[in-house]
Amino acid sequence: MYNLIGAGLIVIGAGIGLGQIGGKAMEGIARQPEATGKIQTAMIIIAALLEGLAFGALFLGKA
Amino acid sequence: MKEVSKMIRTLVLLCIFCISFQGFALSEGGDEGAVDTKEEVDAYIQHHIKDAHDFHLFSYTGDNGERKHVGFPLPVILWSSNGLVTFMSSEFHHDDAGKVVVEKGGSKFVKLHSKIYELNAGATEVQFDEHHHAENAAKVLDFSITKSVFGILLIGLFMLWAFSSLAKQYAKKKVPTGFGRVLEPLVIYVRDEIAKPNIGEKKYRKFTGYLLTVFFFIWILNLLGLTPFGFNVTGQLAVTAALAIFTLVIYTFSGNKDYWMHMLWMPGVPFLIRPILAIIELAGAFVIKPFSLLVRLFANISAGHIVVMSLIAIMFTLKKSLGVVGATGLSLVLSFFITLIEVLVAFLQAYIFTMLSALFIGMAVAEHDHDHEHDAKGHEVPDAEDVRGDFI
Repeated sequence: MYNLIGAGLIVIGAGIGLGQIGGKAMEGIARQPEATGKIQTAMIIIAALLEGLAFGALFLGKA
Repeated sequence: MKEVSKMIRTLVLLCIFCISFQGFALSEGGDEGAVDTKEEVDAYIQHHIKDAHDFHLFSYTGDNGERKHVGFPLPVILWSSNGLVTFMSSEFHHDDAGKVVVEKGGSKFVKLHSKIYELNAGATEVQFDEHHHAENAAKVLDFSITKSVFGILLIGLFMLWAFSSLAKQYAKKKVPTGFGRVLEPLVIYVRDEIAKPNIGEKKYRKFTGYLLTVFFFIWILNLLGLTPFGFNVTGQLAVTAALAIFTLVIYTFSGNKDYWMHMLWMPGVPFLIRPILAIIELAGAFVIKPFSLLVRLFANISAGHIVVMSLIAIMFTLKKSLGVVGATGLSLVLSFFITLIEVLVAFLQAYIFTMLSALFIGMAVAEHDHDHEHDAKGHEVPDAEDVRGDFI
């Protein structure tokens, strides 16, 4: 029961984080379309780090 | 444009083919009369996520009520208390509950939940405690060619063939033909967009081989996981852990003086902060980085498989409330689009693993005076002649 609530909280946190990353990246691309490639790369790395954190928490919560 | 639409059409047909196959395999697991469908589906998915000792395509109940299995056995290689023991997994007769006892080389073996146990001396059949764990049997060292190992060997041979024939083509002419044309842009992409900008112009060559290998290994195995053969290789913790350890070993042993200096005794911060930072940096380098690499790949691929199979299972779980046609249609549409997303995820996860490996290696080999130079220069795309010259 508690681990399900925890999983929900993790997903909410990760969702907020991913929203921030994606939104800011969009803004950046809109301001500077010529930097799209660099922004995308950085965005994917940070999103991957966040995802790793979220999955790690889910994984530990399950065990 | 015409070729693109043709490609998309082929892809869509292929996906539909795959899904219908998976659905077929599942339907045979779920039609055993009064059995609880949800539990059955759950057991099926759990079984799929785990590694298996035989290559099992599907099974069905024959006319005379006999359960028939389609697939082929794989070799079992064990290091038991009596030494090396080998036999084919068909000796277990598809048993996974510890009922069939195989006697080989003076030891008795049973298979329980996809794991092989050796019975203690004197025991003739396995006994369970209240948690359904085997009481009178112990795990053995298992070097079997399991389904995952089989998949890895298959993909290894495929990569060896594909890339050695690609390399051979460059000796004869400048432009590869056939399948090599698909691989060339990907190889150049990994080199120019992943290795060069993250590791640096001077040192990237040494690590490009590893990055290319790991990229194609993960990508092709992820795609193999989407075929109806039911491989789940990159969703095995052991596989992703091994890949993460490769990266860990590479960046640890290629770390230069600056890297270790920054890890153990960070310059430019107050004296008392330095030991605390050293602990954090050490934990980051040896635990958090490899752990995040292995968990990300494992969790993404496993979660993807579970989602696809759960959506296919809608066919059975919602059969009563939506009717056969409604439930099947819903599950077909949902699983079709999720499978398309999974094709994207397969590439993305391979990209991210390679990217982060390159990033970690880049951190370890970075020379601090040159950092800004790289940033300012960015990564330029070399001309075609230059690109090919590097690979001959």
